[in-house]
This record gives sequence, C-alpha cells and structure tokens, in this order.
Amino acid sequence: MDRRTFLQSSLAAAALQSLGAASPSLAFAAAPATASYRNLLVLIELSGGNDGLNTVVPYADPAYYALRPKIAIARDDVVQLSDRAGLHPALAPLQPLWRSEELAVLQGIGYPAPNLSHFRSIEIWDTASSSDAYLTDGWLTRAFAAAPAPRAFAADGIVIGSNAMGPLAGSGTRAVALSNTDNFLRQARLAAPGGEPRNSAYRHILNVEADIVQAAMKLDAHHGFATEFPQGTFGNAVKTACQVIASPSGVAVVRLSLAGFDTHGAQAPTQARLLGELGRGIVALKSALDELGRWNDTLILTYAEFGRRPRENLSAGTDHGTANTHFALGGRVIGGFYGAAPMLDRLSGDGNLAHAVDFREIYATVLERWWGLPSQPTLGKRFAPVPFVRA
Amino acid sequence: MRTSESIARLVLQTATIVAILATSATAAFAAPTDVLGYDDARHLLVRTGFGPTDAEVRAYAPLTREAAVAKLLKETRTTASTPPPESVTDSGPLRYPNAEMSTAEEKKAFARQQARDGLALRAWWVREMLVTPSPLTERMTLFWHNHFVSSQAKVRLARLMYRQNVALRSYATANFGDLLHAMAKDPAMLVYLDGVRSRKGAPNENFAREVMELFTLGEGRYGEQDIKEAARAFTGWSVDRQSGEFVFRPRIHDYGVKTVFGKSAAFDGDDVLDLLLARPETAQLVTAKLWREFVSPDPDPKEVRRIAGRFVASRYDIKTVLSDLLLCDAFYAAENRGTLVKSPTELVVGTMRSFGVAPDATLALAIATAAMGQNLMAPPNVKGWPGGEAWINTNTLLARKQFVDRVTRAEVARRAGATVTTPDDAAPAAGAMQRRLSGIDFDSGRFLAQFPGVTVKERGQWAQRLLLPVAPQGDDPPNDADAIVRALLFDTAYQLK
Repeated sequence: MDRRTFLQSSLAAAALQSLGAASPSLAFAAAPATASYRNLLVLIELSGGNDGLNTVVPYADPAYYALRPKIAIARDDVVQLSDRAGLHPALAPLQPLWRSEELAVLQGIGYPAPNLSHFRSIEIWDTASSSDAYLTDGWLTRAFAAAPAPRAFAADGIVIGSNAMGPLAGSGTRAVALSNTDNFLRQARLAAPGGEPRNSAYRHILNVEADIVQAAMKLDAHHGFATEFPQGTFGNAVKTACQVIASPSGVAVVRLSLAGFDTHGAQAPTQARLLGELGRGIVALKSALDELGRWNDTLILTYAEFGRRPRENLSAGTDHGTANTHFALGGRVIGGFYGAAPMLDRLSGDGNLAHAVDFREIYATVLERWWGLPSQPTLGKRFAPVPFVRA
Repeated sequence: MRTSESIARLVLQTATIVAILATSATAAFAAPTDVLGYDDARHLLVRTGFGPTDAEVRAYAPLTREAAVAKLLKETRTTASTPPPESVTDSGPLRYPNAEMSTAEEKKAFARQQARDGLALRAWWVREMLVTPSPLTERMTLFWHNHFVSSQAKVRLARLMYRQNVALRSYATANFGDLLHAMAKDPAMLVYLDGVRSRKGAPNENFAREVMELFTLGEGRYGEQDIKEAARAFTGWSVDRQSGEFVFRPRIHDYGVKTVFGKSAAFDGDDVLDLLLARPETAQLVTAKLWREFVSPDPDPKEVRRIAGRFVASRYDIKTVLSDLLLCDAFYAAENRGTLVKSPTELVVGTMRSFGVAPDATLALAIATAAMGQNLMAPPNVKGWPGGEAWINTNTLLARKQFVDRVTRAEVARRAGATVTTPDDAAPAAGAMQRRLSGIDFDSGRFLAQFPGVTVKERGQWAQRLLLPVAPQGDDPPNDADAIVRALLFDTAYQLK
C-alpha cells in the first residue's frame, strides 16, 4: 500500500480510538437489547498461517507455477471450483458443499500495513485492531460486553482444545475453554468461587471459576450422534464442539483450532495432512449439525494470522505472507467467490500479495448480518459487510 | 452487608495473626526490624524458587534483604545436581527420519523413541527442580527456556533439547550477552528457528526476526529490511550431523556487505548479535520481563529504566539485574503481594517442596503441569507461554484443582488402607495419573506437626502463613489436619504468589 493511504487509515484509527476512549458508554448504548445469538458462529483458526495459495489454487495462472516450481499443486490434482481456481486435493470432501452453494471462498483477506510476526498479526486479527493500534480485548469479547448472550446460555463462547482464548480474550465475556465435555463436567465439581478479589489476578480467577460453575450447570454432554467423527486431535475437537452445540442451553460462539501451518520447510506433506484433517472435520461438523437441525443457523468461518509468500523458498516451504484465502460455510451461506483472486503479477516490494478485503469486513458481516448487531462500536470504525450469508 | 462482613473477617484474621506474633517467641520474630522476618523471607523464597519449607523460611528470616539476596545468588549453580537419563546423553551421529530411514515403520519407531526420550527428559527436569539446593537456578533455567524458546515438537531429538537445557542452566545467572551468543548457535535453536535451512542466496528469516522481536529489541523496534540483512549474516550457522554440535559452513555463508540499523559492513552472525546488545532496548526488554517474573505484573517504567541502565553498565551481568530487582522497594511492596499467578510448574513442584515430599513419580508431575498448560520442553510457540493471568482459564484452573484434589485425596484413602477409586478412573489416562499421584507420600498431619502451637488450628495458622501470600477466603478454618490443608490448597490465594 502507498504511504498516503497508510497515513489516512492510521490517522482515522487513532481518531476513532480516542473517541472510543472518551465515551465508553456510547458502544453500550448503541447495542440492541437482544442479538440473534440463536445464529451460531463456529470459528476455525488455522494457526501458524495457512498457505492460501495452495488451499484455493489459481491453477490457470502461469505465474503461480513460475513462483512455485517445487510445491505448486499440479493442475490435474486440483479439485476444480471454476475455470480458474480449485481446491487442494486434500479438501475434496468439501466439494459437495461447493456444489450445493453452501461454501463461500473469501479471497484476498488482509489488512493495511500487514505485520509478518505470528504473534502481532494474530493479535491484530483477534482484537480486530489496525496494524498500528494495540487493543487488549478480543473482538468477540467487546461484542459480548456490549450485547451479552442470554443468561440461560452455557456461555457466550466456548474455546475447544486450546488454552489461548483468541477473539474471546479479556474480561467482559463468559468464555469457557475445554477440551472434553465429560472431563469438564466431572472436574467442574471442584469449582467453588469464593473470597474477596484483592487484585486483578485474584479477580480473574474468581471470574473464571464462576464461568465454570455457570457452564457446568448448563452443558449436557450426552447427545448421541450417528455421525462418525474423524480420528485425531482435530476430529476430537469437532466432536466436543458438537456435544457443546447439542446442549439445549445454547452458546453463541465455538472456536476450534488446527495448528501446524507454519510451513517454512517441506510444506507439501504437512499442509496436505492438515487440510485433510480440516476437510474431514468440517464434513463431520456439517453432518452432526444436520442431525441437530442446526446447519441452517450455523456459520463456519476459517481464519489465520496471515497467508504465506507466493514465491516458495529454497526449503520447499513458504515464508510469512500477507493476504489470504478463507472459507465461510453453512446452510445460509451464499456459495461462490468473494473478494479478489490473488494478483500474482502485482506483488509488493517484499514479494507479498496486496489485500482486497479487510478482515474486519468479515467481522462486520458476522456482527450485522448474522447477529443483527451494529458493528461499528465493536470494530471502532465502519466496515461494510460482505454479502456471503443470508440474515 | 457483604462488605462489612468481609471487613470483619479480615479484622478477625489480623487479630489472630497479631496474637500469634505476640505469643510465639521464635528467633525469627525476636530479630531486629531491618531483617526480613518470616513473611518477607517467605515472599523472597516463593518468588525466587518454588514452595519453600518452613525450615527454609526460618533460615532466611534473620537475614537482612541484602544478605538474603547475596546468599541466594551465591548459592546458584551452573550444573544440575541429578544425573540425566542416559537416553539423552548419547553422542553418536544425529538420526532424523529421512532418505536413509525411509520406511514408514522406521519413521514411526523414531517418533516413538523421541517421545519416550522426551518424557524421560521432562521427568528428569522436574526431579531436578524438586531436589535442587538452588531453586533459583531452575527458575532462571525455566525463565530462559521461555525466552530463548525451542520446542521438542519441532526439534524432535530429545538429546538436543537436553543439551539446550544444560546450556541454559550454565548461563542462567551468568551473562546475558554470552547466553544470547550461545543460544544463537545452539543446535536445538538452529533447528527450531530454521537456521539449518538458511544459506547464502536463500536466507531463512525466521531466526533473524525472532532474535529481534522476542529475544532482544521487542516488536516494532527494527525494520523489515534489518531482518532481511541480518538473516544473511546468520547463513552458514548449522548443525553437524555427526556430532550434533554447532558447525560453521563457510561455503554457504554470505560474506557480502549487510546494512543493519544503518551500519554497513560484512557482518557475520556474532556481529549482528553484538549490534543487538549495543541497543538500549535489549536490556529494557529483558529487565521488564524479569520484573514480570519476579516483582509484579506491571513493570514500573522508571525503575525498569534505572535497573536496565545498571544491567548494561554491568555488561549484562544477570546476577546484577536479579539483585537490583530483588532489592527494589516494589519487590517487597504490600500491594504487590499475591499479584502474580503461579506457573503450573511452580504450583506442582512448589506443592511438593513445601510439603517436603520428592516422589519417584516425577513423570506424573510433568504430565500434571502439561495438563495445566505448561508442557516443559514444548512451549506453544516461539513467544513462549504468555503467563500471568493467561495461565488461568476454565480448562487450566480445573486441572490445577484436580491436581490438588488428587494429591490430598490420595493421602486420605491411603491412610484408610483403601485404594483410590473415583469416577476419574473411568478415563484410563487420568486414572493412571491418579494412581501414580496416589503413591506420593503426602502427609498433612506430619506437615502441620512441624509448626509451633498447641492445637491443630493454631498450627494451621502457621501453615497458612507459609502457603498463602494473602489472607484466605475467610471462612472459619476447619478443625482437622486434612481439612485444614485441603482448604488452604483449594484457596484462591494458593494459585497466587
């Protein structure tokens, strides 16, 4: 991006931030009393930075094969979606969802002045901040702080199989991390919040303990599914997610993680294995949601800190990049391509892709179209929703 | 009213403690006011070690702050006190699954072997933490493990992780500059951050980025171009496959001129590290991180600048910066007591040390810390465990409570002559861990017997002073030894230091 645009956006962000700081009640007042949290959001983090170019492959672009002599996906192996782009073969299980127009491919997702550090960039995604702003709470935490899920819900959000809370980090939201519902319910008997909070750490522990008690009262781990869940860590996490979703009390967000995408060397086998787990996991999730009658009110979104550099490195891997491709899936998703296909002939000075869609436009879509919430108080700035899902 | 009730409780507790102070003429409390006394000695030992025993606290109580810190630092070690497992001391050629080990069977066998060796390595480190005469040495080794991060998840070979651990310990309280240079050439680090994949004409930026972002300067204090140029300087730093040691490969080193931070020369890797050490941000980043480890969650910027300045003046002497941090007013300030969350390792090893038990089943303890979010030798990413309040979420808090539950419940069952059967046994892995933890010779009665007092309740008051950094939840303490100890270990304040 050019310097002038950068300056404009950073100035605008700074101005909005100071405005937000001066009037904290504004965000609260703007939120409606009830959001449509019956609409479930399932986030899947592809941690480490999945290589979007080898996920949705621009197989008709000669530049793609020129940039990746060793690791490009051969044209014949691609699962074709259009006459230009197709899925990595390990994602073949998703093809039926594409045909039924329940899979949206979101291309060129990124943000201005991209940061190439894993930690900083995922922090930017998790907090929905600008590249030059530092926020502490996750974007969903801010949304729930303004418009909490009903008290009857087991929690606002449940994080499965990861100890990093991501978009649900910070106080002001009822977020529960667990890896197995049975274990959680058994262990929860040991929770008994008590004592006067003396400092921030003490208060944090009391809050977490209270969240455990709430969730344990309302979660039910005994739904029997006909769906067969895939073996392995991610398959187990999907199964746990489905148990959580099957609980009659409700939950607004479930966050899953699939890690290991930081493929600096020998990328091909690692990415194929991970995308295979992702594809099979999503298919199982869809099948279980169908059993529950929830597929039509579920939106599945993938995200990651960044994509990877278009030119492969000499270790048959890829280095940290910028704009990336992501998926949206669900019964009310409007299938097709959104954003802009990667422009491999117009790379930046450091060899990276320019972004076409700000990731906060995706978040605005979730907040406005999916939940019926105003997005601006949460995102600090106006971002236009992308019409990939029906309200 | 809730508030007035809690104030009343606090007043009552304070009154009890004052009464104990007045009646117990122990050496610790008869000493003059410029010595630590029991509570400050406890605070110093908890913050710089794992859980101290009552006897250890009493040994430090008569010392002045300066004498206590000097003693702690003088007693630090550069080597472990226990022998490592043989499997990680092998010095033969490195074997990775590759062309010469091509079948799927061989690869599986390799993975299984490394997993076994890795578990033995973790069990050994936990044992060292349990029995070392210098807990500060292990706390600092763990601190640097979480600073110069490498993970067996990527390095795979347990013996490289072991050698890195040995190197971290040898520099743990010595010199930061030497430590930085050693880590940049450490074989596990060269694998973990892709140094071994970097070569002239195709430098891998991974190490160059993280050494600036995480190990020295901090995010945003360098440019992307600095990273690209520095990456060239580190080319040729590799690992010898025969010995598993660092090797410099001149043929793949980029001897050209690089421009880093506006300076141009034919820098090599050591030159770049010296450029990083010459920048004031490095000492500030390390000092602030040590502050969050030992003093409070919110570093005082003015104090950090002062202490970092002295750190630089000492040419990065780690004992100097530690001494300054442990002697600054903020370290003993009342408002900073109980503000830091214990790491899983501190909770697990500290519980064992405080109760004077060193079980053989240290692997079960290592598995317990992993369940709480700290799998030693495998931090989640190159930034390490974030620590602080992030240690506690619904998942990890329950794992902490479950650990305390198992350790204390096993004791009750053992004394009753029964084997422990709980619903947990339904889950085989959890059941196996339960059985191993049940073997721990945890004895609440013996623990309480060491404290002065006539009644078990009076002894319980001392146990509280040893185990909790701030007053407990405030309910009337129970009357029997098991219940007193359980109540203290389940208290919210027990998670804090």
